[in-house]
Amino acid sequence: MTTPSLPYEKLTNLGNFGHSLQAAAYLYQPSAPEQIGEIFQFARKNGLSITLRGAGRSYNDAALNSGGIVMDLQGMNRILAWNPETGVITAEPGVTLQKLWQHILPDGWWPPVVSGTMYTTLGGCLGMNIHGKNNYKMGTIGEHVLQFTATLPTGAEITCSPTKNGDLFYSMISGMGMLGVFTSITLQMKKMHSGLLNVHAFAVPNLSAHLQAILQTAPENDYTVGWLDSTATGKGLGRGQLHTARYIHEGEDPEPRKTMQVQYQTLPATMFGVFPKSSIHYFMAPFMINPGVWLVNTAKYVASLREGHYRQPHAAFHFLLDYVPNWEKAYGKQGLIQYQSFLPKETAEDAWREILATSNRRGMPSYLGVTKRHRPDKFLLSHALDGFSLALDFKISAGNRSALREMLQHFDEIVLAAGGRFYFAKNSETSPQTALRFLGAETVERFKALKRRTDPHNLLESDLFRRVFGE
Amino acid sequence: MSILKTPPATPLQPRRRAIVVGASSGIGAALTQKLAQEGYLVAALARRSDLLNNLCADINAAAGETRALPYEHDVTALEKIPALLQRILTDLGGLDLFIYNSGIQRQVKLDEFDFAKDREMLETNTLGAMAWLNPVAAMFHHLGTGQIVGISSVAGDRGRVGAPAYNTSKAALSTYLEALRNRLTRRGVNVITIKPGFVKTDILSAAGAKKTFWLITPDQAAEGIWQAIKNRKQTVYVPGQWALLMLIIRHIPSFIFRKLNF
Repeated sequence: MTTPSLPYEKLTNLGNFGHSLQAAAYLYQPSAPEQIGEIFQFARKNGLSITLRGAGRSYNDAALNSGGIVMDLQGMNRILAWNPETGVITAEPGVTLQKLWQHILPDGWWPPVVSGTMYTTLGGCLGMNIHGKNNYKMGTIGEHVLQFTATLPTGAEITCSPTKNGDLFYSMISGMGMLGVFTSITLQMKKMHSGLLNVHAFAVPNLSAHLQAILQTAPENDYTVGWLDSTATGKGLGRGQLHTARYIHEGEDPEPRKTMQVQYQTLPATMFGVFPKSSIHYFMAPFMINPGVWLVNTAKYVASLREGHYRQPHAAFHFLLDYVPNWEKAYGKQGLIQYQSFLPKETAEDAWREILATSNRRGMPSYLGVTKRHRPDKFLLSHALDGFSLALDFKISAGNRSALREMLQHFDEIVLAAGGRFYFAKNSETSPQTALRFLGAETVERFKALKRRTDPHNLLESDLFRRVFGE
Repeated sequence: MSILKTPPATPLQPRRRAIVVGASSGIGAALTQKLAQEGYLVAALARRSDLLNNLCADINAAAGETRALPYEHDVTALEKIPALLQRILTDLGGLDLFIYNSGIQRQVKLDEFDFAKDREMLETNTLGAMAWLNPVAAMFHHLGTGQIVGISSVAGDRGRVGAPAYNTSKAALSTYLEALRNRLTRRGVNVITIKPGFVKTDILSAAGAKKTFWLITPDQAAEGIWQAIKNRKQTVYVPGQWALLMLIIRHIPSFIFRKLNF
């Protein structure tokens, strides 16, 4: 009897950030670039596909490969070079944003673009071309990449920059890990003069005021982010609170050495000084029903009516998602999905008015809404445009799946008709038709042509890729 | 690569995956149909590919999408099983439920002693089961999830005059499943032994059974088995009244049982 060639002991159930999906895959964890080629050969020999995975912080199926191989790159997490004079850093793809900022802040630097959680890896950040609360000013993370090296499924080792192999530079960044594996990434960091930001928090009474306030305050601030009370209807629909933040100029912070220490940036370990933060998601869970969420959102809005001006450490301002560890688990067993739409500034208000009203009318309000300001970028599978984004979190329950699915399909139509776009790290239900419509046939064909070139045997595939670009 | 024949599951359209070995007729066909109706994507395995293809085509036409994939397979080709399991795992994109249903019964007269027939039954009913259950158990052991269902029989509860090898094959299967259950429950895997009574299938006619009672259709059996799967049971008689009857039969003393002719 022949023994199986595939190692069952590598089979692992992998999940996503929303705890909404699980998929079994053969998990490989290379710790050095040389091993990547071996895994490609193994996959080809056994007729399996490979999905690249970092911290698994996508809300959808981007880092899942049902029944195939998942190559987890978290083990390749060395910082290869750091120049505190120029702020240029070179790191392996498994380095997290947490490791990155903690390495550079004491020298007076901060990553130019960060996500809402610091646990994402650089490889994942480039694959999805993440943005932060400063997208309208600093663009996506890809705009700060000076150069990267990568291993292609063909086995070729390449170096890409905006001027060298430019087509691959602008497509591998944003390419969902479907063209090759980053092996080293060189980024330009941003000079800081303090570990603090000047933050201004103020309430906005409705959607129109909300978007107007973002438009007006964004240019004079370095960061702008809005919380939107997605349970409010009627006159208050779209109300919320904006947080804008400015870098502190040289000399404004009397003790920059101190505020730029890692310890100074650490998020508080307890809530109200009592409960360990790791337990908070248990307290949240009972509130994660429509009336509970309405109560919490309303209370938050009322609290936000008191305007605030204060200084806050970078980490505390940026990494809201890390404040409550495992907050996603409060959404219960079935998990949550995030529906994020990007709309031109001219059409956003009408489209979101309809989306917010519909979700409340159908009894499936989003439990959390977040708004941001964006600008277009040159990357191939770009989600950004000159406008805004609204990210809505929805709780999945055993009984609401088909109704929620139907509603989100309706939302896709609204967004597409308004000239909007979607983000492949977030939405989990985007169909091939929707992707084709917002990306355009030419972009999709260019992407597929590049993929045929770097990956002629289609070794790199993820559940996301098959869902969105499958036949 | 695109071996996957169906779109990947999404959070709002989750998909469970099952393998049914011995799916072309009887309980296996009814189970394949039932699982597809419940939304499973089913890999249906059997020797008789014409029956199998028709079954899958009917299921898929009724569902309006691919819910059943046919795989021609003879469980006595033991050496082919690990590779086939791997292929199916990739095709389905995972596995939540494995059902071993293959079983044959050869009629033996009260004065007939035929090793060839015995061997045939053991090869399909027991060895084939073990050859499948080993790699499936290995997979589920490492995943820490999954359900395994073995279709054994009330016939495995005692050795009777009429069916020594069939009784043995099912008794062995029941015992093997019990051991797997003891191994895998601690890993989060549910192992179910199903013991059907009389079901209107080819086996029943092959066995030449004359006096039957509590006779059920394959669909009724499949419904009972589905309830056991849904409720993550351990050992289930189908229909339920067999549990009581077999409790009595298991306790009939040998000096009486030796004189019985069933």
